[in-house]
Amino acid sequence: MTDEFSRPPVAPVPVLRLGDVLLVTLQGDLHDSTAEQLQQDITERIGSSGATGVVIDISGIEIVDSFLGRVLAEIAAKAGLLAARTVVAGMRPAVAITLVEMGLTLPGLRTALNTEAALHLLGDPARSGSAVPRPGRR
Amino acid sequence: MEAAAGVDARLPIRSDLDLVWVRQHVRQAAARLGFGLVEQTKLVTAASELARNTLVYGGGGQLTTTRVAHGRAQGLRLAFSDRGPGIADLEQALRDGYTSGDGLGMGLGGARRLVHQFAIDSTPGVGTTVTVTSWAGRPPRPGHPREEW
Repeated sequence: MTDEFSRPPVAPVPVLRLGDVLLVTLQGDLHDSTAEQLQQDITERIGSSGATGVVIDISGIEIVDSFLGRVLAEIAAKAGLLAARTVVAGMRPAVAITLVEMGLTLPGLRTALNTEAALHLLGDPARSGSAVPRPGRR
Repeated sequence: MEAAAGVDARLPIRSDLDLVWVRQHVRQAAARLGFGLVEQTKLVTAASELARNTLVYGGGGQLTTTRVAHGRAQGLRLAFSDRGPGIADLEQALRDGYTSGDGLGMGLGGARRLVHQFAIDSTPGVGTTVTVTSWAGRPPRPGHPREEW
C-alpha cells in the first residue's frame, strides 16, 4: 500500500507541444517547488522548440495565492522575452474573485475562458492585441 | 460572546509540503462548516499566504485551527504562530507591495482582505502569531446573544 508520504515531493508538470504552442495543464494542489520547476521547464522548452505561444490551463487549480500568481506572471514575462505569448486559460470564478479582493490583479497576464479560446487567441495575432507581425509567420 | 468549540487540529509548518496539508485541511474544515465555494477559496488562499509567511519569515511554526460559534453563526479560526524574528514595523508589513523576501508583498495585507477578522501579535526576537477568523455566510454582529455550539 502506498501512502501520501511515499510520493516523490516534486512530480514535474508535463509540457505538451501542439504545433507552435506549448500546452501545460495544472491540476490539484501545486507544490511550490513544482511551480518553480515548471517555470524553468517552460522557459527552456520555448528556447529549444521555438514555440511562439504558451497556454497554461488552470481550470483544475482550486486556489491561486500570491506565490502561484507570481510564478504565472514570471512565466509570461520570460516567455515574452523569448518572443512567445502566454495565455492563462480556465481560471475558476472563485479564484478570480479571490485574486481581485486580495489586490492581485496580474495586469500583464492574458487570459481566456478555456483552452480552446486560448489557442484561438494565439492563432490569430489580430485578436490578441499584438500589433507587430511576427517574423516567420504568415 | 463567542464560544470556542475547542482546538480541532494543530498542523506543523516546516516545509512547503506542509503548505499543501494546510490548504487541504482548511478547505475540508471550511466545507464541513458550510462555507460556500467563494468563502472557502478566500479562506484557503489567506491560509496559504499566512502559512508561507510562517515558513519563510518565521522559520517555521504551526497552525492551530478552532471552530467558533456566535449565535447561530459558525466560523473557523486559524492561528499561525512562529518563534521567528518577529515584525518590528507592523504597519509597514501590512502595506501592499512591502516585502522583505521575494514575494509580491501581498501576503499579510492580501490575507487580511480575504477574512472577516484579522489580528496580529508580534514581538521582535520572540515571534509572531497571526489569527484570522471567517464565518460561514454573514459574520455575526457584536452583541448577538450567545448560544452553545
